[in-house]
Amino acid sequence: MSVTRDDVLHIAELARLGVDAHRADELVKELSAILSHMEVLSQVDTASVATTAGVGAGGTPLRPDVGVAPLMRETLASMAPAMRDGFFLVPRLATHEDSSESGA
Amino acid sequence: MSGKYEMVVGLEVHVQLKTRTKAFCGCSADFGAPPNMNTCPVCLALPGALPVLNEHAVELAVRAALGLGCKVNPISVFARKNYFYPDLPKGYQISQFDQPLATGGSVMIGKTEKGTDIQIGITRLHMEEDAGKSIHDRYPGEIAIDLNRSGVPLIEIVSEPDIRTPAGAGAYLRTLKQILQYLDVSDVSMEEGSLRVDANISVRPPGQVKLGTKTEVKNMNSFSAVEKALAAEYTRQCALLDSGGRVEQQTLLWDGARDTVRPSRTKEGSHDYRYFEEPDLRPLMLDAKWIEHLGSELPELPDERKKRLTEEYGLSTVEVEQLTAHSDLAEYFEGVARASADGKASYNWVMGEVQAALRASGEEISRFRVRPADLAQMLNLVRDGTVSHTAAKTVFAKMVETGKPAAQVAADEGLLQVGDEGAIATWIEEVLQEHPEEATRYLGGEKKLQGVLVGFVMKKSKGRADPKRVNQLLSTRGG
Amino acid sequence: MTIENYTQLSAAAIASGVRAGELTPHDLISSSFKRGAEIGAGPEELNIILYSDEKASRAEAEETATHLKSAEDVGILAGVPIAIKDNIASFGLPTTCGSKILRGYVSPFEATAITRLRANGALVIAKTNMDEFAMGSSTENSAYGPTRNPVDVRCVPGGSSGGSAAAVAAGITPIALGSETGGSVRQPAAFCGVVGVKPTYGRVSRYGLVAFASSLDQIGVLGRTVDDAALGLECIAGFDPLDSTSSDADVPIYRLAALGKPAPEARNPDTEAIRIGRSPVPLPPPPSQNTLEGVVIGKPREYFPDSLDGSVRDLCERALDRMRWMGATVRDISLPRSPLAIPVYYILAPAEASSNLARFDGVRYGLRVDPGKGLRPMYEATRSEGFGPEVTRRILLGTYVLSAGYYDAYYKKAQAVRTLIADDFRAVFTGGVDAIFTPTTPTTAFPIGAISDPYEMYLNDIFTVTANLAGVPAMSVPIGRVRRLPVGGQIITAHFDEYKMFRVAYALEAALGAEAHQ
Repeated sequence: MSVTRDDVLHIAELARLGVDAHRADELVKELSAILSHMEVLSQVDTASVATTAGVGAGGTPLRPDVGVAPLMRETLASMAPAMRDGFFLVPRLATHEDSSESGA
Repeated sequence: MSGKYEMVVGLEVHVQLKTRTKAFCGCSADFGAPPNMNTCPVCLALPGALPVLNEHAVELAVRAALGLGCKVNPISVFARKNYFYPDLPKGYQISQFDQPLATGGSVMIGKTEKGTDIQIGITRLHMEEDAGKSIHDRYPGEIAIDLNRSGVPLIEIVSEPDIRTPAGAGAYLRTLKQILQYLDVSDVSMEEGSLRVDANISVRPPGQVKLGTKTEVKNMNSFSAVEKALAAEYTRQCALLDSGGRVEQQTLLWDGARDTVRPSRTKEGSHDYRYFEEPDLRPLMLDAKWIEHLGSELPELPDERKKRLTEEYGLSTVEVEQLTAHSDLAEYFEGVARASADGKASYNWVMGEVQAALRASGEEISRFRVRPADLAQMLNLVRDGTVSHTAAKTVFAKMVETGKPAAQVAADEGLLQVGDEGAIATWIEEVLQEHPEEATRYLGGEKKLQGVLVGFVMKKSKGRADPKRVNQLLSTRGG
Repeated sequence: MTIENYTQLSAAAIASGVRAGELTPHDLISSSFKRGAEIGAGPEELNIILYSDEKASRAEAEETATHLKSAEDVGILAGVPIAIKDNIASFGLPTTCGSKILRGYVSPFEATAITRLRANGALVIAKTNMDEFAMGSSTENSAYGPTRNPVDVRCVPGGSSGGSAAAVAAGITPIALGSETGGSVRQPAAFCGVVGVKPTYGRVSRYGLVAFASSLDQIGVLGRTVDDAALGLECIAGFDPLDSTSSDADVPIYRLAALGKPAPEARNPDTEAIRIGRSPVPLPPPPSQNTLEGVVIGKPREYFPDSLDGSVRDLCERALDRMRWMGATVRDISLPRSPLAIPVYYILAPAEASSNLARFDGVRYGLRVDPGKGLRPMYEATRSEGFGPEVTRRILLGTYVLSAGYYDAYYKKAQAVRTLIADDFRAVFTGGVDAIFTPTTPTTAFPIGAISDPYEMYLNDIFTVTANLAGVPAMSVPIGRVRRLPVGGQIITAHFDEYKMFRVAYALEAALGAEAHQ
């Protein structure tokens, strides 16, 4: 199964990677070549396999509902590309999309 | 409603759990801190940070699931929901996907005209973390991001598409809110953002089993907004179908200022969340005995409580509805009612004077100075005649002011009712002398003047005289 | 002892000397930095070390020296200088993962593994170069230039932990931390002629390790000798409440494996957040006491294909002969699904990576490129400028295999095959095999720039990646040279059986002696 140019542009958008037209064409070849090696897996019989959630055993550990978080305000300011009055700043959405774009 | 099409609605409700710390880190989950004060490497998504699950969040989530009649799965799995947004620091939300915490519950939201229960099914309840806040209008050209809320534990409750009217949606939300409040798992306040609602709505011709195309409606910030938005979207979909069009699957936003729904500008198909199992957490494994134990410890839920109050205290449906609006109120009432053995009087006082006092001071009933036992004592004093009905209001006001018990206040204020025959007889004589015209007419046989004379005695005694005794003695005097 | 000799001492010997007052932390710092200068560890030459601060290191050395005078137990790594791979969060020195997107980023918290090293008296002196975000097998994918192999500077040191392997090979530090997702500690160890250990998944806390593929990642230890690696692992292994995937299995005293005995009885796990080392173990005894009597070594046919380089095969056979000489039995076995490992790995790892690297968005830290056209252009410009081509390629690959319509055919399928690969190992170990022996890599180190095809580069991991997929512990020990380039032999054991793995490694190392480096 090979990757199309539309595929590459679509996944680049999903991954927020700016991929220009020229690079997209190169990537079509590169990704298709890599994926061609994966075809062998489709021939493996996995009908009897229950899906595995990693190699550990036992449930996730739980922590008590207490904690003192390190105070990060000063450090945040030194790390952040843009901050004002304690808020992180990012450029506005280009098409004035609404806050409900978030999936939560 | 146009009546031509059936409205089919399912609601997705997000509820913030009232834990002290966040779902996956020890930062405070409190509301209202300065921006980005409650953050750490984990909820900031610094490179190398890892999540660790909050035990209390699990307990509250399971409690909620059990209280909503769900089956709690002993094994559930966390999954990543991947998308980009500046208030989602990791670029994914830790949620649950195909193995959620709980499935298959229901709530009763009232009765039909015929008296049958209306039951709304709950498809699933799962755990996830909240995103931070994006503020769009604070700085021109920029979005301000506050991550205090990022990582706060949520449960998402998804209903079956069983809701058929906007009023039904409102009833479902109010019932859900009340149950969750009783369970003490959340503040469930839409104003504060601890309860959020998204709706899915479609229409179909009556009798059709197949569901129509649904649209998603978001951005409703009150229960009435939900009802209005559903009505508006129903109208829109019906009109579309009536004119030969088709309903397109899309997301719409409720515009409260204009009372309309408008399309969200998010491109369709751009939300491919690429769910996969969260590798930084192992599956959540719960002991069946522990789940059972939590179930046995659930507080009494609203429906049970209403039934019981009706039976035990002989109150009407309306009265019981009022008293059970909030579990703290119901607790308070029962404290008074049990200690005074008078449900009716307790109801009157709690919904009357107590509510008035709370409104004036802005207090919560759970912190009200006059405790149920204190109020019950006052009711008992009135019942056995130690304090008159008239004096009771004054006594209560003083109890609120000073925090002293009823008996002490009554004594201090000289409001103890006087039933002593001698004292009353003296007052009666004085009144008869001070009001000779009325006295003559009354003693001459005009019984209807008794009330007036009793009033004079009450005034003279500063309300302390036992009106029953006054009436008794006056009648025998007159006779 | 002279400063020159320090670069040949094992970590245990150094710590011993420091505790006895024969060496000072100052001596060790001087020795390491001097060696670094000698060998050309900086960006203009071998480019082994990205970040170091000699002044700060000297100050820390002074502190350690003061502490030594008053404290009773200064830890089993007292005064030992350690180099750390650039994707492990450390105080002071930047953590940039070999990437432009984190240029200048200094972490406000430190990895648990480093906390434990410091608690044992170690001195963290440098951050080493690596393939960007651990994606690569040669350290040529670093945004800060490639690292040259100290054994042959025309060649790559391997990757992605190339800088750490080179630091140890060059004698700058006796121990270095690296990370593994698909062989990134073992393969560079083999290329550089040092020891490299990948612990069982969950053995070492991942808190502070910048995630590449969370269900595969582990911090690993590189050492000049088996003893160095064992000591390093002893310090950092153990449950961490900050890592939900870390195991609470007991941590044995791995260095006791040098005595050739079976695993000691379980000890009480130390539940303190920081494990302050155990009582010091004397230096490994001379070779005659090492024995592999009763040990069954499995030789999987899939790792000795007909196409295997003849010289590499010969060295492996020699190693197996030495093991037989020490009393081990060698049994032919099969790990039949091993040939599927590369396709499985290159679906699962990029998938998890595409998600783990989403946090690099220019919002809260790191690089931001803002073309002034709004949010999405900022995301895209930041990420396209901040990530190199291999990282971009893998994020795209990972996004693709998770996306709607492809999830079942690729991601879900690969997860299922991963289980089968793990089953192969389980079957072998429950069938009476104690340890599996294979070549670590199919070839020796190749010249810088020699491999440009991505998939060809991926094939460097062909013998190492199965252990990551199965979660089992594995290590590489030097077993000889081909045209002066090092060759590594790989030892693999069952989950949490690092003790047995070290037992075989100590024995092999002793049996080969100087021939391991000839």
